Amino acid sequence: MEIQWYIGLAVALFCIGVAGVLTRRNSIIIFMCIELMLNAVNLLLVAFSKMHAASALVQSNPNVVSDAQIFVFFIMVVAAAEVSVGLAIIVMLYRNTHSVDVNFLNRLKN
Amino acid sequence: MVWLIPVLPLIGFLINGLGRKYLSRPITGFIGSGTVFLSFLISVYVFFNVRSGNTHVAHYFDFINITALKIGFDFQVDQLTSVFLLIITGVGFLIHVYSTAYMHDEEPKDFAKYFSFLNLFVFSMLLLVMGGNFVIMFIGWEGVGLCSYLLIGYWFKNTSYNIAAKKAFIMNRIGDLGFLLAVFWLISKLGTADYHEVFANTAKLSATDITGITLLLFVGAMGKSAQIPLYTWLPDAMAGPTPVSALIHAATMVTAGIYMIARSNILYTMSPVTQGVVAVVGLSTAILAATIALKQNDIKKVLAYSTVSQLGYMFLALGVGAYTGAVFHVMTHAFFKALLFLGAGSVIHAMSGEQDIRNMGGLKKYMSITHITFLLACLAIAGMPPFSGFFSKDEILAGAFSRSPLLWGVGVAGAIMTAFYMFRLYAMTFLGKFRGTPEQEHHLHESPMAMTIPLIILAILSVIGGWIGIPEVFMHGGHRLEAFLAPVFAQSNAITAKHAMSHETEYMLMGASVVLALAALVFAWRKYSKYQRTTVEESGLGKVLANKWYVDELYDTVIVKPVLSVAKYFNNVFEKKGIDGFVNGVGKAVNYGSRQIRLLQSGQVGTYVLMMVLGILIFFIIQLFL
Repeated sequence: MEIQWYIGLAVALFCIGVAGVLTRRNSIIIFMCIELMLNAVNLLLVAFSKMHAASALVQSNPNVVSDAQIFVFFIMVVAAAEVSVGLAIIVMLYRNTHSVDVNFLNRLKN
Repeated sequence: MVWLIPVLPLIGFLINGLGRKYLSRPITGFIGSGTVFLSFLISVYVFFNVRSGNTHVAHYFDFINITALKIGFDFQVDQLTSVFLLIITGVGFLIHVYSTAYMHDEEPKDFAKYFSFLNLFVFSMLLLVMGGNFVIMFIGWEGVGLCSYLLIGYWFKNTSYNIAAKKAFIMNRIGDLGFLLAVFWLISKLGTADYHEVFANTAKLSATDITGITLLLFVGAMGKSAQIPLYTWLPDAMAGPTPVSALIHAATMVTAGIYMIARSNILYTMSPVTQGVVAVVGLSTAILAATIALKQNDIKKVLAYSTVSQLGYMFLALGVGAYTGAVFHVMTHAFFKALLFLGAGSVIHAMSGEQDIRNMGGLKKYMSITHITFLLACLAIAGMPPFSGFFSKDEILAGAFSRSPLLWGVGVAGAIMTAFYMFRLYAMTFLGKFRGTPEQEHHLHESPMAMTIPLIILAILSVIGGWIGIPEVFMHGGHRLEAFLAPVFAQSNAITAKHAMSHETEYMLMGASVVLALAALVFAWRKYSKYQRTTVEESGLGKVLANKWYVDELYDTVIVKPVLSVAKYFNNVFEKKGIDGFVNGVGKAVNYGSRQIRLLQSGQVGTYVLMMVLGILIFFIIQLFL
């Protein structure tokens, strides 16, 4: 399959994720959108890795083939850590304000 | 040793000025007068030194030292300087002593302030006459202007006195501009402002240069020595204490212009145009001021206009080339004018502050010493022989006659008016019946010794002071002053053609002026010794004279009001709207900007994330495309 489809899909997912982060009010949904963005990037990395596997430069050096695919694991680990911390913060916020609405979190105003 | 002469009054100024809250009045008076007295003693020593031919220039340090221009802090001690030194320190000392009694009602710290200013004035004046180049003279020139301002406005709580002080200072400054331009011209043409070098190199200056420089120097003299058109500050300066009027506006500061021209006599002799201007301006000032004095009723104003008039005579003398005559008149004028002012102060003191001569009269039986000394001074100023004024005034008039009989004629008219108004003043003050209030009459008394002894000394000097300048017609070799000052004016005298006058002409001139002045004197004596108060308003010419020819009003309309309206325009348009608007506008803009930027801090997390995204987008664009 051509690489454009994969790029298109990943960009679409990323933009949806950005739009979600900017517009949604519920902070859990915002987290989901952040995950969406990260996964879009993962998709893109794997697709590029497969694309480059066919080129001559990579064929001569067998160790390089799956570099990008290995990098995906890094991203997933970081995503997991970030989600755990973020959800902990949201739980603390809910305990204080009994709401997950982002618009209520304007205590930093002025 | 010579440097001590100005430094002693400077030390007096510092001690009295800085210690004014701690010193008592007797100590302040002692320090103030003592320093001037010591300067006087050193001046006497210098005089005898110079008389035996020891003139020199003492160089102390380099004031300005760049490759293009070297101006040293030099003191020049020669005959002209020593004459002026004696006048300044001698008469100054007597006035200091007089002031200790005159100002005894003041608070100790104001008393000390007064004496510190007086000492600063003496210091500046000494710097002026002792300077070895035009720049040092200018330092003293400015200094005396400043002290004049400080002392006229001494009773600063009275606004009209402050206005008079400002007027004096501003008019002085207008003259100073002319002086500075002349010095700059001189330096640009000759590269030096040193007296010796300038006077030795006059051949390098073109005729226009010399005329221009001398005219500009004369503008400076016009401001300092109250000639037309810059004379109106002097009558207003009578707002200051009377000893100040005596010292500054009679004996010393106003003679600075004459000193300056006498010092630069070679430049003036080489420029007949300027000499003509000086003579005409001097003579017209003399006549104008004399006419105004005829109708003044304040004792100090009459003396002020008299001073302006006598200064006009001195400039007339300089203009016709009679340099010795001018310096001689400076000396005798210092004696009798200071005496007149101090006598007036004595009268004012006795009359509890009254200055209007229409309210005086018959004071001779209450204040005999003041009366006799005042009479002697009036005789001197009227030019009666054998008093001092006769010799000096006669020399001036003889010099004027040898230039042009018209000048002589107008000069004699002025002398007649001088005799008239002085004796009008004398008669209205001392003769007749007392016209004041009974409370004033109770308070009338002779002044204390500290005031009368200077009066007596000055009276003796007014009587015998002229005998050092006896003209040739009376006594061969009698003009000691001319012989003494001959080296100073040697360059000029070598150039001018000597107009020798026959003895008969001189006797006739002398006789004519004396007889006419005597007639005016007797006429005034008889008319005003029986003066009654009248409520008749002045009318016609009398009114014009009493209102000083409306010159002040003329200056007000032509100069003061336009300048003030220009200033008001600048204030409203440029200052308030322009500069203030700009400066305040910057503040307002910062305020507005910060108010708008503050709104970014909404606390909304969503907005913050939006900002982050936008920022990353912008970075991308810059990175990839720029």
